Amino acid sequence: MARSILTALVGAAVMGIGAHAASAATLDDVKAKGFVQCGVNTGLAGFAAPDASGNWSGFDVDYCKAIAAAIFADGTKVKYTPTSAKERFPALQSGEVDVLARNTTWTINRDTALGFNFRPVNYYDGQGFMVRKGLNVKSALELSGAAVCVQTGTTTELNLADYFKANNLQYNPVVFEKLEEVNAAYDAGRCDVYTTDQSGLYSLRLTLSKPDDHMILPEIISKEPLGPAVRQGDDQWFDIVSWVHYALIQAEEFGVTQANIEEMKKSTNPDVQRFLGVEADSKIGTDLGLTNEWAVNIIKAVGNYGEVFDRNIGAGSPLKIERGLNALWSKGGIQYAPPVR
Amino acid sequence: MNSHQGNFVRASMIEAAPAPIQTGGLAYWLRKNLFATPKDTALTIISLLVLAWLVPPAVQWLFIDAAWTGGGRGVCATVAQGGSQPDGWSGACWAFVNAKFDQFLFGRYPIEERWRPALVGILFVLFLTPMLIPKVPYKNINAILLLAVLPILALILLPGGWFGLPFVETPLWGGLMVTLVLSFVGIAVSLPLGILLALGRRSTMPVIKMLCTFFIEVVRGIPLITVLFMASVMLPLFLPQGVTFDKFLRALIGVSFFASAYMAEVVRGGLQAIGKGQYEGADSLGLSYWQKMNLIVLPQALKLVIPGIVNTFIGLFKDTSLVSIIGMFDLLGIVRLNFSDANWASAVTPISGLIFAGFIFWLFCFGMSRYSGFMERVLDTSHKR
Repeated sequence: MARSILTALVGAAVMGIGAHAASAATLDDVKAKGFVQCGVNTGLAGFAAPDASGNWSGFDVDYCKAIAAAIFADGTKVKYTPTSAKERFPALQSGEVDVLARNTTWTINRDTALGFNFRPVNYYDGQGFMVRKGLNVKSALELSGAAVCVQTGTTTELNLADYFKANNLQYNPVVFEKLEEVNAAYDAGRCDVYTTDQSGLYSLRLTLSKPDDHMILPEIISKEPLGPAVRQGDDQWFDIVSWVHYALIQAEEFGVTQANIEEMKKSTNPDVQRFLGVEADSKIGTDLGLTNEWAVNIIKAVGNYGEVFDRNIGAGSPLKIERGLNALWSKGGIQYAPPVR
Repeated sequence: MNSHQGNFVRASMIEAAPAPIQTGGLAYWLRKNLFATPKDTALTIISLLVLAWLVPPAVQWLFIDAAWTGGGRGVCATVAQGGSQPDGWSGACWAFVNAKFDQFLFGRYPIEERWRPALVGILFVLFLTPMLIPKVPYKNINAILLLAVLPILALILLPGGWFGLPFVETPLWGGLMVTLVLSFVGIAVSLPLGILLALGRRSTMPVIKMLCTFFIEVVRGIPLITVLFMASVMLPLFLPQGVTFDKFLRALIGVSFFASAYMAEVVRGGLQAIGKGQYEGADSLGLSYWQKMNLIVLPQALKLVIPGIVNTFIGLFKDTSLVSIIGMFDLLGIVRLNFSDANWASAVTPISGLIFAGFIFWLFCFGMSRYSGFMERVLDTSHKR
């Protein structure tokens, strides 16, 4: 009896998910609601954090605003759902959020079995190690027997295990649930090594009592391509979310900024004209289900990719993360947008 | 008396002489309480040493070295960390608490609408204070104001959407406001519901007894955190897309039910402590069931279990911080959320924020505890030891 109830429940759950995946036209839903429901982190410096007046701000939050601006020409038409690492996937599967912009790593498992779609990578991250200079360690391969502080339930924890196993090294994991607990443990000297994504190492350094006593080792042991995720089965919505990112990249490439957008609309460069939807008979936005002004609206709301990066996590923020891999392809990075035409 | 006007009779009382040194004064108090025996003396000296070791650094860190004002992480970080404090500095970062204070009170509630929760808070204090002082008259009107008028006002003012007030959805609520609303509703629901459940569990009617026992045992048997997590993560999977229950409402219902189940068992303990003679006495007077309970049994039983009831209230007050796992930010949640603000990232920000949150929780819990002690003394009629 108990078993048949369980089977029925699981069946209902699976059918429920199936039904959700099949229901299309997220764009119509969003337009009817009048806002984008955006899943963000419950608090990650630079990516999603409250500002002085309590509004969400950050790199991922700006992506939510950009999507809203593309649809409604108004970057404020977003509602944020803060999600924990465990909560985020059910929240997207169940339709509680329309898009997940929550520093989520694109993996094959998440792309297939969990039923999500990833395409653009808005931040190329990678897992690194930070150690105390006093240990005299120059490479991660010398870390045998070290106590390693790591946050549980993340790909970080799994990468760590894989890396040490592959290199036949012993280690003692010191695991915590919350990021600030890991930080406090490392700062208090409970472990020799701290490992997380490099973006996280930068924000951690701000909070250490003696930042100069620590160094980041050269090894990057994993690829962590972070990007917005949507449910499978709605190609139009997937296209919109993808092209919002490409528009941000393209704008940086063209040198279109929040400040000069009105001037750039008068540009004689046909590529820029096409991109900004001022070309005659333009269908650049209507084919996406949006208006031709969509790219203009995005840039008016948040600026181009470089501006979003600098303001939240780059040189203009306390984190001061280098562009690195996230520079444009023309400047030594790998951020690249397909042609807008 | 006039016939005895002998010179040896004093017309007035002699001034009381000071007590002998052995029975009064500071020296006596010290000797009696701190240095009575060699063991006491040793304990006193050890305690003083521990205090001398703990208190000055704590005062130094919390007050003297603390950064009180400032607009960013610079004031709470050393030069090496990119701030303005000298190397080796460590002190509380009250500037962080200061800058985020409004957020800690109201969460992300829109700034121009914050007068609404503030007004509800002021009314709450105005209605509650006279309710708590036994000597103030008009308790009936006061109770109606506190338990009927205030909730209705709060229901109109906090979410809005009526009378031209802009609607403020619950995901924007946060901070102390959420903690207090959850606790107040939890307390106001759990006491009457708990009493009913306790009576039901002791009832002789089998169906009622079974239902109440079932409710209590099931609710008590599941951790609150599981229920909140299920309601937040799993429930939406079973519902059609787009159908969602308000998360805050889910938390309110969960917290209230949980507190009711615990309260029921506390009250049942009190009911069982009342002698059978009281029940039979009431029956022999011809009182109905509700008269018997209201007039004879419950007044005695509830008085007995005041410590247990307040214990449950305090537990409930602190349990409200569990809602942070479903993405609601109560006082503790909003404090922790603000640790991720890069403009305030420093080594001492988290600990300062947590000390502040802990202090606020302690204030409320200690207040409840002292008041319950006071009520026990007021209601004490026979159990004095």
